[in-house]
Formats: sequence, structure tokens, C-alpha cells
Amino acid sequence: MNTQARGVGRTIWVATRAMTLLTLALGVGYTLLITGIGQLALPAQANGSIVTNEDGAPVGSTLIGQSFTDEDGNPLPEYFQPRPSAAGDGYDGGASSGSNYGPENEELIAAITERKTQVAEFNGVTEDEVPADAVTASSSGLDPHISPAYAALQIARVAEARSIPAEQVRELVEAHTQGPDAGYLGESRVNVLELNIALDKLEG
Amino acid sequence: MTWMYALLALATVAIILGVLYRPLGDYMAWVYTSRKDWKIERGIYKVIGVDSKTEQTWPAYLRSVLAFSAIGVLIVYGLQRLQQWLPYSLGLTAPSEPLSFNTAVSFVTNTNWQSYSPELTVGYTVQFAGLAVQNFVSAAVGIAVAIALVRGFAYRRSGTIGNFWVDLIRGALRILLPIAVIGAIVLMIGGVIQNFNGFTTVTTLTGTTQTMPGGPVASQEVIKLLGTNGGGFFNANSSHPFENPTPWTNIFEILLMLAIPFSLPRTFGRIVGDNRQGYAILSVMAILYVASFSILTALESAGMGTAPELAGGAMEGKEQRFGIVGSTLFATTSTGTSTGAVNSMHDSYTALGGMMPMLNMMLGEVTPGGVGSGIYAILILAVIAVFISGLLIGRTPEYLGKKIGPREIKLAALYILVMPTLVLAGTAMSFAIPGIREEVESTSIWNPGIHGMSEVLYAFTSAANNNGSAFAGLTANTPWLNTALGFAMLLGRFVPIVFVLALAGSLAAQDKVPTTSGTLPTHRPMFIGLLTAVTVLVTALTFFPVLALGPLAEGLM
Repeated sequence: MNTQARGVGRTIWVATRAMTLLTLALGVGYTLLITGIGQLALPAQANGSIVTNEDGAPVGSTLIGQSFTDEDGNPLPEYFQPRPSAAGDGYDGGASSGSNYGPENEELIAAITERKTQVAEFNGVTEDEVPADAVTASSSGLDPHISPAYAALQIARVAEARSIPAEQVRELVEAHTQGPDAGYLGESRVNVLELNIALDKLEG
Repeated sequence: MTWMYALLALATVAIILGVLYRPLGDYMAWVYTSRKDWKIERGIYKVIGVDSKTEQTWPAYLRSVLAFSAIGVLIVYGLQRLQQWLPYSLGLTAPSEPLSFNTAVSFVTNTNWQSYSPELTVGYTVQFAGLAVQNFVSAAVGIAVAIALVRGFAYRRSGTIGNFWVDLIRGALRILLPIAVIGAIVLMIGGVIQNFNGFTTVTTLTGTTQTMPGGPVASQEVIKLLGTNGGGFFNANSSHPFENPTPWTNIFEILLMLAIPFSLPRTFGRIVGDNRQGYAILSVMAILYVASFSILTALESAGMGTAPELAGGAMEGKEQRFGIVGSTLFATTSTGTSTGAVNSMHDSYTALGGMMPMLNMMLGEVTPGGVGSGIYAILILAVIAVFISGLLIGRTPEYLGKKIGPREIKLAALYILVMPTLVLAGTAMSFAIPGIREEVESTSIWNPGIHGMSEVLYAFTSAANNNGSAFAGLTANTPWLNTALGFAMLLGRFVPIVFVLALAGSLAAQDKVPTTSGTLPTHRPMFIGLLTAVTVLVTALTFFPVLALGPLAEGLM
């Protein structure tokens, strides 16, 4: 009994020292090592792939989507619109989240119906032409991309709002359309922020 | 096109894992059998007071596992409760007691269930000094226990099954750490962040402001996947662009999750001295993995259900860059490996599609399972399969030269019973006890109706299997769910480990019986089929009724 109790006590003492040592090595040491490598060798990525506008001011991250709305939350016609977002009030980088609505959830069904109508009206197309990504919230709520189909749908509207030829906008969309990685991984996609920055530069 | 992408992505994963299988499996076998300690390891053993040359009996090995894990829970609990005084806490205060308990247990048991939203709850110090450390060591504990069981099959007339402290330190330093360093660099190249910037604010293109999160993400992301942990640095987990920026990092993350679990059968074959046994186990894991992936991909591509059909595709809760295939491959991997990371929201999957991640967990995490836990779980099923075939053909059951007697089969049977008991009892109690039912229905459940029941079933399945993924609409940060899921995680991890180590001790003590013409060969297709069938049948019989009440009812209505 006594030796048993001593055995347990000794084991706990060994465990405490082992955990402390491993915390220093794998928690502190390892994290600092990776941070050092990141900050020295890959500073752009390690700090969030920050992108700048034509004046050189940071306007966001190429990896994180953002809203293109006016103060009342209405979509601005001169900018390509991203997917719906469930992160905070929309594209809140401090509260990444999906909607988590199930496939039969009435609120989701109502939201999709409403978005379909809104997207169709806003772009002057029929509801059948609206692709799935335009009416569904992403997993992170920060999805920076839309499908090429949703981008194509918005070309005429953006061109009209900016009073520039649709062909010019189409060329820009094509230049910002990325195929699947290595030709087969993931989906074709258009980075909305990068495309909108390019549009602003066009006019500037 | 979807099928083309699915096939090519699967082939990519298969080829890379195939190339890794022998070198990584052999390397791990060497790590756990080598007699020589590295210089740095000798230093560590000196500091912690361990004689690396002395092996432990199974009760001593178990005592070490439990003591080490208990200290882990205390440290992670303490770090959270002291959060406001720690550096880099981003102004966050201490999480509540039930939540801190749940999180501490969650990371120590390799579950990494998150009742909390990380951006709003944990600062950087808790993340890297508490959570990331457990990501390493809980994984190393899992492999250690698996190796102890494998030694049980390999040793003859031995009273010991290895030294836990040596297995722990070697697993962490020789296997996990080097791969993590390389993996973190690869992820950073892909765009995963690694800084201590905190939350910053940028002025967006339209002139409004946007919060931009920072943090040491890459260092934690890589071990979260490599150690099949799964706790996200951010709430959106591996769907957050700062955790998983591109389709190629997505495949890389999938490979990180699969590399060790799919190579451990080789380690097993190596240590028991018959590589064919490893291939047999690998085949079972691979068959179930591919089947599960194919079914899930078919279901999500078909996109049945009111909302997906209205939208024109099951894209709610999925990222455009990953699409359907990138999401289903990740989901199959994450729930089949006990990782529990997500790159798409399982709660928003089609009804039947959402059942597949649940099924992967209900199989007992063997497709291919978590690091270590996958191989010990499937070896237990192999013992059951050998026993059943022994009954069918009237032969004395033996596996790898060890007799499967009453003690062995009792331990294996007890192991099998733990997880379903926790899942079914936890789910039942959530709805059967009036006070609790009220809280669950009013606070926790997000989606009304049948889907809400599935959220609770998913939560207990995830906790008891130490997976950690969720139907994330569920609000689990309540006293009942924090406590009940906490205990499900603890019991789901350590009770099976008791039986595994007891079995290891009992097998190690035996001599090997010679192979005769009456011995059932356990490396042939017939045994692979038998083991696959046993794995599926045990799950199907246990869980069919409750699945019929949840996802099956929702999907077929």
C-alpha cells in the first residue's frame, strides 16, 4: 500500500516535470522558431497577405473577403459582390462562422429565396441564372472568392454603373479567374477584392 | 467533372501515402524499437527522473499515461483560468469554469471539441502554451499506447510492455516535431499566417473598416492536423482562409491528417515481424475510407433537400475554392481520422450527407483512425474478428501467434462497448431528463426538428470518439453539455486505453504458439473481408436505430 502510494506520487512528479519541459520546448520554443522563420523568410504571407490600393494604402487581405456595400448595407453596383456571409454582420474578420443552417431549415429556405430574387433583380437576369454560390453563405463567412458564373452575371451591371464598356470588364474578370490548382484541385474562382481593386485602378 | 476531380484528388492522396507508407512506417518502427537514446533525450530523462532502459509493466505504463494526462488537464485548465494575467491575451478574460474544464479535457484527450469561439475566448498564450502543446503530446500518447499493444503481440513471456516516458518523448521529438516544422513552413508558403499582431483594423476599398485577425496560426495548424487533433485557431477552423488558404494547402492538410494513421500499419507489421499483417490492416482502413468518401461525394453532388435544391447546389457552408470535392475529401478524412477539423460546415450538409461524418466516427475511428488510436482500435476489432471466425470454423482463435482466450476476448468486448454506451446514453439523457431537455431544446439546438436531434447525437458521437468535429450550430457552451461532453471525452479516451494496455500486458505474457495448418491466416483477402464486415456490422447493429431517428428520417422524408 505504502509503496503503491509512493509509486503514484513519484509518477505524478515525473509527469509534472515532463509536461513542463515539453511545454517549454513544443509550446514556446517551437512557436518562436516558426514565427522567426515566417517573419524573416515569408513576411508577406505570415502577416496576412495584405493588399494595397492604387495609393499604396492597405485595404484588406487577398485571402479574406470583404463587403462592398453602402452605409445602409445595400450592395454597391459599381463593385463585384461577394457571397452572402454569416460572419458577424458580414465579413467580420473577428467572428468567422458559417450559418450552420440545416438543409430543411425554414430560415435558410427563406433567405435563399430572398437572395435569389435580390441577385436576379440587381443584375437584371432571371432567377434561374443565379448560381448556388451567390445565394449561399460560405463556411468561414470570409470566403474571398465567387464562381466564374456569378462573376459573369455581374459584368453588365458593373460596366453600366462605371460607364465603361462591358468588354473591358469582361477582360478584367477573365484575367482574375483562377482555374483549379494543378488543373484539378478545388474549383475555378474569382477573387472579388483583387478584381475590384483592378477595376478602381482602371478608372484611376 | 465532379467525378473526374474526385478520382484525381483521391489518386493524388493515394499515391503520396503509398510512397510514404514504407519509409514513414519503418522510421516509426525504428523510433520505438531503437535501443539508443539521442543526447538531448538523455538530458530530458535526467531532468524528469526516468531510467530509459527500464521497461514498465502494464499497470505502471497505464499509471504514467493517466498521471501525464491529469497534469495536462490541470495545466490547460489553469492557463485558461489565469488568462487575463497572461501575455498576448488580447484583452480576453478567463473562460468560465465548465468551459475551461471542457476545453482542457478536450485537448488532452485528443478530441479538440470546441464549445467556444476561439476569436472571442482564447488569447495567444493559451493557444500556444496550452492547446498546441496538447496537440503534440496527446498525439504522442496515442501512438505510445498503440505501440504498447503492438509490443504485446511481438513480445514473448514478457512482464513488461515498454517505457511510456521513452515512447512519449521519442514520439514527440523524433516523429511529430520534425514533420511539424517542415509542414508549418509549407503552410506559410501557402498563405497561413504566423505573427503576434493581435486584431488589427484596415480601411476597406469602400472606406468602411474590417477587423483582421492575427496569431501564430501555422505552427498550431500543422500539429492540429498531423496529430489528428482538430481544434481550430479560428472558429471557422480549416475553412478560415488564414488556416487553409488554397486548394493545394487543402490537399496538403488532408495528407498531414492521413500520413501517420495510414503508415502505422507498416510500423505494426514491422514490429510483429510480418509486413503482410500490416498490409491486411491497411487494406481494411483504405476500403472503408474510399467507400465513405465516394458515398459522401455522391450525396453532396446530388444535393438533395429543400434548401440545396432551391439554391442549385449544396454550397451552404462550403468554400468556393474547395467546392464539393475539396470539402467531402476533407470531411471524410477529418472524421475518419478522429481529427475533427472542418473545412465546411457539416451542419449544413444534405441530410444523408451529414450522416456520413457521423458514420465514420461510429465505426470507432478506424478509417484510418487517429494517430495511434486508429491502429489500436482496429487491432481490437481484429481480435474480435479472429474470435468470431474461430467460433464459425471451430478452431482455437489466435492472432499473430497469440491465443485469444477468455481474458483477451473480455477485454476486447469491453473496449467495444464503451463508445456506443457513451454516445447513446449521453444523447438519451439530453432528451429524457426534463430539466436538461428544456435547456438542450431552448438553448443548445440551433436547427429545429429532427435536425436538432442530429446535432446532439453528432456531439456525443464526436466526444466519445475523441473526434471533435460538430454540427456546429449546436450551442455546447452550457453547463450540461460542457460537463456531459467533457465526461464523454474523458471516458471515451481513457477507459478504452485501460483495456488496450491490459490486453497488451496479457498478450505480452504469453508465449507464441506455432503456426499450424489449423491456423487462420490473417493476411489474406478472406480475413480482410471478415474484418471489414465485423467493423461495419458492429457499428450498424449498434447505431441503426438512432440514425433512423435522425439523419435517415430527415433525408428520406
